[in-house]
Amino acid sequence: MVTNITSFGRSGLSDWLMQRASAVIMALYTVFLVAYLLFNPGLDYYTWSGLFDQTWMRIFSLLTFISLAAHAWIGLWTVTTDYLKSTPLRVGAQMLIILAIFVYLVWSIQILWGA
Amino acid sequence: MSNLQVSVYRYNPETDSAPYMQEFQVDTKGRDLMVLDVLHLMKEQDSALAFRRSCREGVCGSDGMNMNGKNGLACITPLSEVIKGNKLVLRPLPGLPVIRDMVVDMGLFYKQYERIQPYLQNDTPAPAIERLQSPEDREKLDGLYECILCACCSTACPSFWWNPEKFVGPAGLLQSYRFLVDTRDTATQERLSELEDPFSVFRCRGIMNCVAVCPKGLNPTRAIGKIREMLLAEAT
Repeated sequence: MVTNITSFGRSGLSDWLMQRASAVIMALYTVFLVAYLLFNPGLDYYTWSGLFDQTWMRIFSLLTFISLAAHAWIGLWTVTTDYLKSTPLRVGAQMLIILAIFVYLVWSIQILWGA
Repeated sequence: MSNLQVSVYRYNPETDSAPYMQEFQVDTKGRDLMVLDVLHLMKEQDSALAFRRSCREGVCGSDGMNMNGKNGLACITPLSEVIKGNKLVLRPLPGLPVIRDMVVDMGLFYKQYERIQPYLQNDTPAPAIERLQSPEDREKLDGLYECILCACCSTACPSFWWNPEKFVGPAGLLQSYRFLVDTRDTATQERLSELEDPFSVFRCRGIMNCVAVCPKGLNPTRAIGKIREMLLAEAT
């Protein structure tokens, strides 16, 4: 057993499962958005903001943003442990990545509910 | 004369400040020799050339090396299989410290092998003669027990290159599954609990270099997938 404290779920198994579940959610969201744009060629602001006014769309969007945050954390954590061999550099990069993910997540919540 | 141009990795830490490639011209007399035979012909030219070999028939796993960019056993790899434009480039197994020329320090590889406890563990009283196994249960070990620990797979794996102290590597994981799936072994829970961290098993990214190079045609990626399945079944 190799210990780790900055990985997303502190467990390889849970990170592995989370990576797959979040990928499915993001794929569904992407397919939905692309299909929506294709079926609404003359899209204006009111239709677009009307879509995001609906509760299910906000839940779907937030679920996707949380998935993206988890996915990015797990993926970038793996990249840092592969390529950054200096501990201060690696921990620093991990802190920075987690901070950025947190900022983006809060920002996306503000955008979803702010309009 | 049918001269083969061979470029071989040379490094003697006692006299060389850095490794270098040395060129050899080897007369193969037009035969499709094994790469190991070519190495022996080169050793006739320069007796200081160091490489490991023993059984010379793909059983002992001593002469794993990188031939024209692909890992394999020199003794069972014919020139026709690796040669590109009459040139052969020989390097030691990638990622492991070089002791001299083609000889690498396998310490990290064996350390990971030791970690998975590659021996049968059974806490029930031993029967008078032997622990019996049904032919079906015995079949589960096929494709696992044949590994000769030549290290061709683990040293072809980028995840093992970057984290050889933490990632068990394809060879170790193939053996780990060999004991996880053995019906006579009773330490399955303990074995699994040692493997669920983000490195030991899960650093495998499934690129299947291990499968592409295994000289015995084994499939460590499949074994790693099976370990993941066992871990998932255990923890959900």
